[in-house]
Amino acid sequence: MKTWIPFWNILLKDMKNYYLKPPNISWGIIFPFAWMLMMFLKTKTAFNIEEIFPGIVTMSILFGSTSMLAVTITFERKSRSFERLLLAPISIESLVFAKISGAIVFGIFNSLIPILLSILYFKLEITNYLVLFTGVILLSIVSTMLGLFISVAAKEVFEAQTYSNFFRFPMIFLCGLFVPVVALPIFIRPISFLLPITYGVDLLRSTITDGALLPSLANIVILVVFISLLFSLSIYNIKKKWII
Amino acid sequence: MDENIIEARHLTKHYSDFTAVDDISFKVQKGEIFGFLGPNGAGKTTTINMLIGMAKISSGKVFYHNEDVTKNMKKAQSLIGVVADESNLYAEMNGYENLCFCGALYGMKKQKRKKRANLLLDMFALSEFRNRKFQAYSKGMKRKLTIAAGLMHKPEILFLDEPTTGIDVATVRQIRELIRELNKNGTTIFLTTHYIEEAERLCHRIAFIKTGKIIELDSKDNMLEKTKDKNRIEISFAAKNFDTKKLSENLINKFPSLENWIHNKTTIEFSGKNNINIVPIINYLDNLGFKVIEAKVMKPSLEDIFVELTGIEANIMKKEKERK
Repeated sequence: MKTWIPFWNILLKDMKNYYLKPPNISWGIIFPFAWMLMMFLKTKTAFNIEEIFPGIVTMSILFGSTSMLAVTITFERKSRSFERLLLAPISIESLVFAKISGAIVFGIFNSLIPILLSILYFKLEITNYLVLFTGVILLSIVSTMLGLFISVAAKEVFEAQTYSNFFRFPMIFLCGLFVPVVALPIFIRPISFLLPITYGVDLLRSTITDGALLPSLANIVILVVFISLLFSLSIYNIKKKWII
Repeated sequence: MDENIIEARHLTKHYSDFTAVDDISFKVQKGEIFGFLGPNGAGKTTTINMLIGMAKISSGKVFYHNEDVTKNMKKAQSLIGVVADESNLYAEMNGYENLCFCGALYGMKKQKRKKRANLLLDMFALSEFRNRKFQAYSKGMKRKLTIAAGLMHKPEILFLDEPTTGIDVATVRQIRELIRELNKNGTTIFLTTHYIEEAERLCHRIAFIKTGKIIELDSKDNMLEKTKDKNRIEISFAAKNFDTKKLSENLINKFPSLENWIHNKTTIEFSGKNNINIVPIINYLDNLGFKVIEAKVMKPSLEDIFVELTGIEANIMKKEKERK
C-alpha cells in the first residue's frame, strides 16, 4: 500500500478541520502582537527587538503546536474517530508522523508573523537565515512532540489543556527567554539544560547576537536528540496505552 | 463456504487479575455471517478488538487466510472493515468527505475513492445528504454512513459491532437488508448483537459467549433443531391481583409435565416436551377467575436456546444494552 496517500490525507484533514479554522489563524496573528504590546507596556519605551525576538518566536511556536496537537488527538480519541486511524493498515509511526505534521506546519506558520514583523517593520538583522529556519522547524517539531507526549497521557480535552500549561509555563521561565540561563540560580540551571526549548531559544539567539551559550551545531544536534527521544517515548506509550 | 477466513486459536485476554476472554477457539468461514452473541461484559468486544488489532493478545493465536498474524495485525487490517458500536466518523466533515477520507486511509487513489464513495452513498440512500456535515445527520443516517465507511476499501470481512442499536425500526430493516445484500455479494460478516432475533434472521452460524468462554457454537439450523422437541404456549389474561408463587405451584400440581413462568401478572408461559393441550389449561384458569384474552402456540426460537444456555433472559440483556 502507498503510505503517502493516508499520510497526506490525514495531514490535509487536520489542516482543514483544526488548524485552518478562523479562531486558530487569528490566534497565530494576535499572539505575537499581544506579547510585543506587553513588552512595550512593561518597558514604557520602544523595546529592544533583539532582546525579545527569540522569546516571541519561541512562544508563538510553543503555544500553538503543543496545545493544538494535544487537544486534537485527545478530542479524536474521545469521539473514537482516532480508532479509524489505528485500524488503517499503516504503521503507528507513519500515522503519528502524519498527525504531528499538521501541528508542525501550524507552529511554523505561527512563527512567521513575528519573524516577518521583526525583519520588515523593526528592521531586525538576521545573521544566518538558514540557522533561523532550522531553529524554527526544530522548535516546531519539539513543541509538537511535547504535545504528542501530553496527548498520550490525557484522557479528556481539558486534561490535555491543563497538562500543556503545566509543561509550558515553567519552561518559559527556565529556558532563558526572560532571564538568561547563566543568570539563573545555580541549582536551577541543570533543569534549564534538561528542557529542549532552552536549546531552541539559544539557536534563535545565535542568529541575531553573539550571546549564544552553545554553537549552533551543538544546539541542532541536542534538539534532534530530544525529538528522537520524545518521538520514541510517545510511540512506546501509544502502543502500550492505546492498544491495550 | 468452507474456507476459513479467520481462525482464533486458544485466544485469551487478561486485564491484571481479570480474565476477559478465556481460551476461546473458533473459525469464521469465507462468505458466512458469523454471529457472536452474549450479555454485557461477556467478552464480545474484547474478542473483536483482539481480532482487529485494537487489543493485545495475552495468549493464543489469530489467523487470517491461514496466515498467523498474531504478532503483526497490520498485515490483516487491509482485509477487514470495522464498524464500531458507536458512529465514529468526523463531525466536521460531510458524508462524502468522510467516506473519501476513510478510503484514503487504505491507500485508495482519488478517482477510485470518489467513485466508491458515490456508489456507497447511493447504496445506503444517502446521496441526498452527501454535503451535510456528519454532526447534522440523524442517528440512523450516522449509523448507515459509518457502515458505508467500513466498506470503502472493499474489505473481505466486515466486523459489525451492534449495528442496529438505538435506531428507528425503518433504518434497522434497511441495515439488515444491506447486510444480507453485502453477504450475498461475497463479504464475510462478523456480527455482534444483543438482538437475538437479529442473529436468527441474519446469521449462518452463531457462537454464544458468556464470562469469556464460548458456551455454544453451531449453525443456526442445528441450534434450532435442538429446540424442536420443546413446545411452548403463552396465555394472556386481563390484569388481576393474585399470588404468583401460589398460582405457579398450583399449575405445577395440576399440570406436572409443564414448566411455567408468569410475566407481569398478565401472561403465563408453559413449556413441555410433548404437545401441549391448551384447552384444560384455559378451563383451569377460567375456574380460578382469570379472564383469558389470548392463547398462542409459540414457535421455538434461538432465544430459548440462549436463555437455556446462559440463564439470562434475552429481554433483560436487550434493556441493559439499550440503557448503556
